[in-house]
Amino acid sequence: MSRSPDASAVRRKQHAAVFAALGDETRLSLISELCAGEPRSIARLTGGTRLTRQAITKHLRVLEEAGIVHSERCGRESLFAFDPKPMHDLKEYLERVSAQWDQVLGRLKSFVEG
Amino acid sequence: MNNRIEKRIELRAPPARVWRAISDYREFGTWFGVRLEGPFVAGQQAEGQITYPGYEHVRWRAVIQRIEPEKLFSFTWHPYAIDPKVDYSHETPTLVEFRLEQSATGTLLTVTESGFDKVPAGRRAEAFRMNDGGWTQQMKNIERHVAQS
Repeated sequence: MSRSPDASAVRRKQHAAVFAALGDETRLSLISELCAGEPRSIARLTGGTRLTRQAITKHLRVLEEAGIVHSERCGRESLFAFDPKPMHDLKEYLERVSAQWDQVLGRLKSFVEG
Repeated sequence: MNNRIEKRIELRAPPARVWRAISDYREFGTWFGVRLEGPFVAGQQAEGQITYPGYEHVRWRAVIQRIEPEKLFSFTWHPYAIDPKVDYSHETPTLVEFRLEQSATGTLLTVTESGFDKVPAGRRAEAFRMNDGGWTQQMKNIERHVAQS
């Protein structure tokens, strides 16, 4: 196996956190909204939904913990912005696992056809 | 981007031959690159030493799930579990499935690895919902965004 040695348990845990953060409709729609443009306040993000400010805040914290959004203070409010890096990392990780399977299955092919 | 990996490969060998290569632990070890210590048994752990150059110090472990001759072979494991100093046992494993179908020229093999979305044990309490269509569409949106940025 040539599983790459630089991928640590910590990184995999982060990946799992990113996947978990993405596995929720509300959070996905928050990401979509933040993807679209400017950093937004909780009030603004709550505006388009039927959820309470508290519920939206809870979802934003999950996204923040996974590193998908970052918040910054702006006066009395926090503004939330999308950070694409964890998703890039995730994509890279899956591509690496995927390339691994290509190699392994290539060996299986030679093995059964040879 | 997706939360599972799927590979389809056309093999010019009959399903019986492909099945043996996958389900016989010695044959499996030959192409997978691991020296396994015993036959695969559903519900039990399979273990061995990786033989792939550069990774000979690594133990390979998987729990065999289903063995359905010439149809399905599956196991759970920890992908990238290559650091001997790390205990991976508390992490949620992924599920690997080998599905065989007879094709005009031999065997169509579909391999899927899923479960990358599973939450580490400590966080499992949090409701984890997956909305099929919504998920796919949203991931497309996000992927488009990520590709542009």
